[in-house]
Formats: sequence, C-alpha cells, structure tokens
Amino acid sequence: MIVLAGILNVMELKQNILGIEFTNPTVLASGIWGVTASGWRCVAKNGAGAITTKSLWDKEHKGHPNPTIISNEYWSLNAVGIPDAGPEKAREEIASYMADHPVYPEQSRRTPLVANIVSNSKEGFGEIAKVIAELKPDAIEVNISCPNVEDELGKPFACSKPDAAGVTEAVKKHTGDIPVFVKLSPNVNNIGEIAKAVVGAGADGITAINTVGPGMAIDLKSRKPILSNRVGGLSGRAIKPVAVRCVADCYKATDGKVPIIGTGGIYTGEDALEIMMAGASLVGIGTAIWDRGEEVFKKVCEEMSEWCDANDVKDLSEIIGSIHK
Amino acid sequence: MSCGCKKNNVPKTYKIVSIKKETEQVQTFTFDVSLGARPGQFVMVWLPGVDEVPMSVSMDDGKNLSITFFQVGDMTTELAKCKVGDLVGLRGPLGTHYEWKKGQHLILVAGGYGAAPMYFVANEAVKDECTVDFIVGARSKDLLLYTDEIKKLENTNLHIATDDGSEGHKGYNTEILEKLINQRLSSTERQSASGEASKNTPLDSTPCEEPHSRKASVFACGPEMMLKRISDICAEEEVTCFLSLERYMKCGYGLCGNCCMDPLGIRVCKDGPVISNDICRQLTEFGAYHRDELGRKKKF
Ligand SMILES: Cc1cc2nc3c(=O)[nH]c(=O)nc-3n(C[C@H](O)[C@H](O)[C@H](O)COP(=O)(O)OP(=O)(O)OC[C@H]3O[C@@H](n4cnc5c(N)ncnc54)[C@H](O)[C@@H]3O)c2cc1C
Ligand SMILES: Cc1cc2nc3c(=O)[nH]c(=O)nc-3n(C[C@H](O)[C@H](O)[C@H](O)COP(=O)(O)O)c2cc1C
Ligand code: FES
Repeated sequence: MIVLAGILNVMELKQNILGIEFTNPTVLASGIWGVTASGWRCVAKNGAGAITTKSLWDKEHKGHPNPTIISNEYWSLNAVGIPDAGPEKAREEIASYMADHPVYPEQSRRTPLVANIVSNSKEGFGEIAKVIAELKPDAIEVNISCPNVEDELGKPFACSKPDAAGVTEAVKKHTGDIPVFVKLSPNVNNIGEIAKAVVGAGADGITAINTVGPGMAIDLKSRKPILSNRVGGLSGRAIKPVAVRCVADCYKATDGKVPIIGTGGIYTGEDALEIMMAGASLVGIGTAIWDRGEEVFKKVCEEMSEWCDANDVKDLSEIIGSIHK
Repeated sequence: MSCGCKKNNVPKTYKIVSIKKETEQVQTFTFDVSLGARPGQFVMVWLPGVDEVPMSVSMDDGKNLSITFFQVGDMTTELAKCKVGDLVGLRGPLGTHYEWKKGQHLILVAGGYGAAPMYFVANEAVKDECTVDFIVGARSKDLLLYTDEIKKLENTNLHIATDDGSEGHKGYNTEILEKLINQRLSSTERQSASGEASKNTPLDSTPCEEPHSRKASVFACGPEMMLKRISDICAEEEVTCFLSLERYMKCGYGLCGNCCMDPLGIRVCKDGPVISNDICRQLTEFGAYHRDELGRKKKF
C-alpha cells in the first residue's frame, strides 16, 4: 500500500505472477482491439495491466463474412471466425510491439504481452507455439475454446480432457520458460476437470472463460438470423455469473495452485473483485470496452482501489480465492 | 454522437422507400427510418444472407435516412438489385462527424461517392449560416454526383473538375482546392497589410460577427490518394482540415480492432471516420497501406 500525502490510502494493484510484473490485474481479452501492435499499444496507454493478442494461427485463416459482431447493453454475440493472416504477420506485429514506439518513445512497451494462439490440430498448435515462443512474448495463451468455428473445426479441444491435455503438451514442448495459460470453455459439463487435466499436462495458468453458447439473434422483419454464421459466442454483462462460477470451479479443482485470468462480463471494479474472490489473480476485459470506452481499464482499477480502501483490504492476496477459504 | 451512447448495435431491417439512380454505377436508397445521423457518420448496411458493409449517410433529415453507393463487388452488386419495399438492415449511426461554427466558411472536396456525404455536410452547414465552396471531382461529366442538388443550396459555390475535361476544370479537384486556398491566403495578406479585416476575402462572401468563424476549414471525402494530397496541401498552407478515412470494418463500434491505423492504434470506426489532419499527419499508414479482413497490409 502506498500512502499519498498522509491522507489518502491507495491500494496497490501490482502483482508478480509467474515472474511477470503486472502493474494492475486488468488484461485486454483476446480478439478485442487485438489485430495490430498499434492497437495493443493504444490499449496499454489506456492503462491495461497486460495485453492479449487476437488468436494467432499457424497458417492463414479466413473468418466469417459480416455481420460478425453485434451488441446491446446486456451482451455481445460474435462469430468473427478467428481470421488471421498467419505467422508472418504475427512476427511483424509482435516485433513492432517489442520495439520502441515509432512516434512516442516514452510510450514504448513494457506492458506485458500475452500471445494467444490457435490451431485446428495438436500438431498445428505445436507449430504456432514454436513460432511464437521465438518472439519471446511474456506469456502464451492457448485458445482451445472458441465456439464459433465449430462447423469448420468440430467441438473445441476444451470439451474433452484428453484433447485439452494433448494440446497443452504439444504447446509446452516448444515454449521453454515462457508461461502458458490455457483458455477454457464454459460450454462443458465440468470445467474443473478440464482445468485439472491441462494443469496436469503442464499448463502454468488458466484463462476462463471464452464465450458462452453459442447463441443466436434473429431479425424479426426479415425473419433471418443476424450473424452470417447464424450462431456466435456470447460475451458481455450477461455472462459474468457463468464466468464467476467457472473460475470458482477451476480454482477449486486445481487447489488454487495456478493463476487464473478471470474473463467474462467484467465491466467494473466490483465485477473484477468478485471474479478474484472466485479465484482469479488477473481479470480479462473485452466487451466492456464498447460500453465504458477505452478508459475502462483505468476505471476498473480506480474502482477496485476505492473498494479495497473502503473495506480495509491491504493486499489483493486477501481477495483472491477468498470464497474457498 | 458516438454509437456508445445508444447501447445498441444490433441491426434492424428497414424498408427502402425510394431509389434514385445517380449514374450507371451509383444509386441512392432512402429508408423509412431516421437514425439521427450527423454528416460524416456511417451506418453498417446489412443484406441478409449476403454481407454487411459500412456506408456513409448521405442524408438524415429526421424522417428518412439515405445512403449513396457505388456498385463495386459482391455485396454492392446484390444491394444494387434491391427494389422499393425491400428490407435492408441498418445499424448506427457510427463514428465521428464533421463540426463547424456558425457562419464559418467551409471548403468541401469530394471524389468518388464522397459527394454524397459532403452534400449532407453542406446541406446542414448552410442552415448554420455557413458559406461553402464545394469541389466535386470525377473521371468525366456523366460520373459527377449530386451536382444538381449542390447547385440548389444557398451560399454554396460549386466547382467541378473532371479528368477528361468534359465539364469544369480539366484535372484534379485538388488543383481547384490549391487555387482557392491561395486566393484566400493572398487576399487575407493583402487586407491585413492594409490594416483591414479579412472579412471580404473571396471565400468569405458572407460577413460574420465572430473573427474565428471567418477561418475556413477544409473537409474531404474520397479516394485515399486524393485525401493524402489534400492533407499535404492543408498542412503546408496551415489550413484546418478534417478527412473521412476508410478502413476495413467488422464491428464498426470499436471492439474488433480491424480498422486500427498505425502507429497510433486509433480505430477508424470509433475515433473516425472523420479525423483531423493533425492526427492524419501522424498516421504513417495514411496514403501508404490499409489492411484486409485478415489484418494483412495492402499497399495503395
Ligand atoms: C466509413 C466508410 C464509409 C463508406 N461509405 C461509402 C459510401 O457512402 N458509398 C460507397 O459506395 N462506399 C462506401 N464505403 C465503401 C464500401 O464499404 C465498400 O465499397 C463496400 O464494402 C464494397 O463491398 P463489396 O462486397 O461490394 O465489394 P468487395 O469486392 O468485397 O470490396 C471492394 C472494396 O471494398 C472494401 N470493403 C469490403 N468490405 C468492407 C468492409 N466491411 N469495410 C470496409 N471496406 C470494405 C474492400 O476492402 C475493397 O477494397 C465506405 C467505407 C467506409 C469504411
Ligand atoms: C469480438 C470478439 C472476438 C473475440 N476473439 C477471440 C479470439 O480471437 N480468441 C480468443 O481466445 N477469444 C476471443 N474472444 C473471447 C474473449 O477473449 C473473451 O474470452 C470473452 O469475450 C468474454 O469476455 P468479455 O465478456 O469481457 O468480452 C473474442 C470475443 C469477442 C467479443
Ligand atoms: S471495425 Fe471493429 S474496431 Fe473498428
């Protein structure tokens, strides 16, 4: 805790997790503002504690036609379909992020970068893990849980213990000492079991959750589904209770031994504290950017600090996983 | 107003109430809805089963909203087949819009479909006692857009440029812009040298009370290489300038990041499409490259 001018107590939100310094627990969730290094920098400038890239493929991958993303104040549905130009672009953007800022050198990096990777096979995951590990991001997040490419790729790997563990092993073979978070799906019977399986296979941390569903929205007058893919993953406010429960299950199943990036419907400092009480050490923020603007990271941090001060919390460790204590 | 205030970005379908064929390749659709759009803003236009693409609003008079579009590829070819009474999805209005001061002088430069959103600017600005120089460019006379409508606007001077000289100045519309700015600057210098205020400069045909309102602003919408030239001219001459940029859009409201521009990372859908030239000058990709739907760079 730092004491400013002797009157105002401001809770410190800094943590060291798996050897990475996070100035605060907010993390830009994958797939939001995540296409270019310039976008990541812009989010970092707005106060995010870490940045996650959009999912990076081992080869070029086309997404779905528009409409791909629709939102109202309760939820978003997206079926972007994980478009990506492949490793060459990933190399260029990550290298650019690591280098000095081309216009404002004082804004040069050192907001940690989490490179999110995806593939349609264990081998593919291994390949992209190898490519990305060479670029030395601060951490790697493995997306085995996207619900809106099911037509093309079948059930996500996150829906089966052996598949989830297999991908984790394939990735870990190439990642050396770079921490690996595996991103899980809420759309399973027992997310705790999957969490246990990936940690057993070497995952250093867990991200929970990817989008819920999938869901569908229909235009009444034309009587047609709005998303071109017909269905899409649900995110935003509406999914927070699911995310909180999933984080609680993952924490319990892994005895609180690995850090969890709690993601899903986090809009406010109170939302962040709630998912941390369920077991998250870091909180992913995605859809809320639409609602609260790019300042959402700063706002969430301020609200967390205020709540902690008002409730006499001295350190985030008092909060994390508190429901299990 | 940005989309964030409305808390709804789910398209709804509306009926086309009228269709105007502007040229062989261009049509204007008017819908049975107003979305309260301001000049410069855009909407995402959805054709169920086909695609959803961004289109500038070419008019929103509080009762009806219109778009004016070129037939270029799959989506716009399908859209061009629509008839009065057909349903088209719209969401928005999205992004930033043009702003002016009461009585200000505006120089509008339009290329391609740009004449349509710029007509919306002029139509609203003259209601605020603004005076307008409206420069429209096209390859030839039969491709010019909105010139009849512009001629009917009060306090508006229409200037035409065609590549083949079939109407107006033979050459680029940016050449007319340079000429107008130079005239304006030289007469301002003349008058300030003689101790007079610049209120009768050729581009300030209407007298105004506020000194700031006599400062002209340049607004432009059209192909990026045209915008780049305008950006250079205005930077050199130190004229205030705002430009309508275009990038590949998915969400249209600042979530996906597909429309980010290097190196600032601003999102054209949310922080634009109307962007001040001061910012444009910092965007190294402006006039150099854009990105496709996979985020891959494409040179202009
Ligand atoms: C803010 C904004 C306002 C626009 N306003 C107008 C307008 O008022 N009138 C008009 O005729 N055109 C406008 N456009 C361009 C219009 O979006 C494209 O012409 C249209 O998307 C072409 O689609 P298509 O399937 O027919 O062609 P395609 O063959 O698919 O593409 C032709 C060109 O359009 C671009 N394009 C395709 N999809 C998108 C997308 N989702 N976002 C951005 N660009 C895309 C492609 O990059 C390509 O360069 C605007 C674009 C933007 C970004
Ligand atoms: C537009 C959009 C794109 C997304 N793309 C990805 C992606 O590429 N990879 C991934 O792992 N998750 C992706 N997600 C899921 C988010 O990272 C996050 O897990 C989910 O949206 C829940 O968090 P939120 O409610 O804060 O948005 C995407 C979500 C949205 C809304
Ligand atoms: S189109 Fe999605 S952020 Fe601009």
